[in-house]
Amino acid sequence: MKPTRLTECGNWVLDRFPVTKFWNDHMAHYYAPKNFNFWYFFGSLALLLLVNQILTGILLTMNYKPDAKLAFDSVEYIMRDVPWGWLVRYMHSTGASAFFIVIYLHMFRALLYGSFKHPRELIWIFGMLLFVALMAEAFMGYLLPWGQMSFWGAQVIISLFSAIPIVGDDLSLWIRGDYVIADATLNRFFAFHVIAVPLVLVMLVFMHLVALHEVGSNNPDGIEIKDSKDPWGHPVDGIPFHPYYTVKDLVGVAVFLLFFTTVIFYMPEMGGYFLEHANFIPADPMKTPEHIAPVWYFTPFYSILRAIPDKFAGVIGMGGSIAVLFLMPWLDRCKVKSIRYRGGIFKKALFLFVISFVALGYLGTQPVTPVATTLARLFTTIYFGFFLLMPIYTRWEKTKPVPKSLTRLHSLEETLHSLEEQLPALIEEITELKPVASEIGHPAFKSSFFNRRPNPGGMINVISRLAKKAKGSLD
Amino acid sequence: MNNKGVDKSKRQFLTSALTVVGAVGTGYLAVPFLAQMQPSVKAMAAGAPVEVDISKMEVGQLIRVAWRGKPVWVLNRTPEVLATLKTLDSELRDPLSNESEQPASSKNPVRSLKPEIFVAVGLCTHLGCSPTFRPEIAPNDLGDKWKGGFFCPCHGSWFDLAGRVYRGVPAPTNLEIPPYRYVSDTRIIIGESAEEKTV
Repeated sequence: MKPTRLTECGNWVLDRFPVTKFWNDHMAHYYAPKNFNFWYFFGSLALLLLVNQILTGILLTMNYKPDAKLAFDSVEYIMRDVPWGWLVRYMHSTGASAFFIVIYLHMFRALLYGSFKHPRELIWIFGMLLFVALMAEAFMGYLLPWGQMSFWGAQVIISLFSAIPIVGDDLSLWIRGDYVIADATLNRFFAFHVIAVPLVLVMLVFMHLVALHEVGSNNPDGIEIKDSKDPWGHPVDGIPFHPYYTVKDLVGVAVFLLFFTTVIFYMPEMGGYFLEHANFIPADPMKTPEHIAPVWYFTPFYSILRAIPDKFAGVIGMGGSIAVLFLMPWLDRCKVKSIRYRGGIFKKALFLFVISFVALGYLGTQPVTPVATTLARLFTTIYFGFFLLMPIYTRWEKTKPVPKSLTRLHSLEETLHSLEEQLPALIEEITELKPVASEIGHPAFKSSFFNRRPNPGGMINVISRLAKKAKGSLD
Repeated sequence: MNNKGVDKSKRQFLTSALTVVGAVGTGYLAVPFLAQMQPSVKAMAAGAPVEVDISKMEVGQLIRVAWRGKPVWVLNRTPEVLATLKTLDSELRDPLSNESEQPASSKNPVRSLKPEIFVAVGLCTHLGCSPTFRPEIAPNDLGDKWKGGFFCPCHGSWFDLAGRVYRGVPAPTNLEIPPYRYVSDTRIIIGESAEEKTV
């Protein structure tokens, strides 16, 4: 067939820019394990939310004013007077909380199935850097509405830096650009939130994915699918990402959007968790709200800060609670990746860790009371215990045997050999079954087929002839 | 010229020299880039002293004034409060204010120029929240040990009514006392030190 103008045009581009190669390398010929489950939706959902945040963010900057005198009113202006402004703003604010929900589940998946382990240490490190950048992005974005919570939250977090000995005070002054949180701080946070950190985020996502596609995805069984390949060099346990997982992820997206849009339309403030009540009052540098708490996604770390009765140690504890996550690939000494084959001690430890993380998160939203402080100290101990004792308890873990691959694909000789091994047991089973069968008395069991003693040699002959025939037809 | 090949050591030297020059240049460029995030001249200039009229203050009343963008408290303390302050030393981290920030004239147990009138920067020395004024004794939420003072709602730090920090709370030092002086018996200026005028 003579190539049409259009294909010629396409070829002209492809000769100069390898779109097809890129598509094949990362989608159509990228083999992902075929046993991905529920937990594997959150990577693509995080990507969706990044796009959501960038798009709605760009729209918001068109009407927002990064000025201490105008900021609060400009947000209200977007909410009331800009056509569909409320939707864009709620998509952005709900998107921030949804982003953290998705990322926390994505990280929990890595803990479940050991996705941070050899050879995926760098994927984990890039992911952790993404998490830190995302926290910075969210924190700076929260200052922009210039409400009471924006102001005092930023005051507390920037003061964290002043706890660093010697350089602390100068450092926090440099971050604020003024002696208190002021217009200068708002303006620079706007710059960071809108351009600097998003660029870093996009770059890190790219590195995260390049590293992932280099070593390949982990899976719920924690086995390396590249270890068993078919004659064409494709992993036998793998399927092409496109169309299988693109379609599967679309289903995930649909279900996610069901929840996401419900929140946007019916509960955008989420009872004060996504948008805090105190943030509907303009920033007042003279008065801290009666009860201040960060947005829910920071509360576990905030609880740790509050639990430690010393300024510098508290800041170290809070920083350490995030820093220790970076060390996961080296803290976990167990060779087995997936929780499916790991010992009971790790399962219990992970369970305690999840309990303490959620409890710390809850306590961080509550006012300080002596009981709450005691509880927060207990859960802080468990939190750090999970990580710092990990090299000890994972070393003597009693693990179960891990399968070599998901699909059993043996050579013909191997199949025959294993059949020969299994046959005596099979015969025994059938002969034991025989008297039972006659007791059942069904006419079918009375046929001579069931009364005949099976002949092992004959059966192997029949099966191997069949197999050879099958192989011949393939060749 | 060496015909046989390249003088590797010379090439290495040139590479190193260029790297050093490049690093120095980057360093020089980093200075203005980083320094432009420092407070501007305008921000540094804003910090004029504030005059406060205390003639109308009732006993036990607290007023808030803005000074350099920070809340400053002026509290008229009752005689009972002053009596209580003397009994608290054992529960405080720094009762004599040796490690805390204040003008020398306020470095005394009640941390003020005149015992009744207490002036302090209303920001917690922990992470900069503004503590709440809780003069009542042993309220339900704070327990029996509370003798009246300032409570930081953010991280639960306790201060007495002289701004002195309790033991076992996150705040490391007592509340900061700004420089201030009396213009007359009923007027004070916050931001001008009492020492400077007497010297």
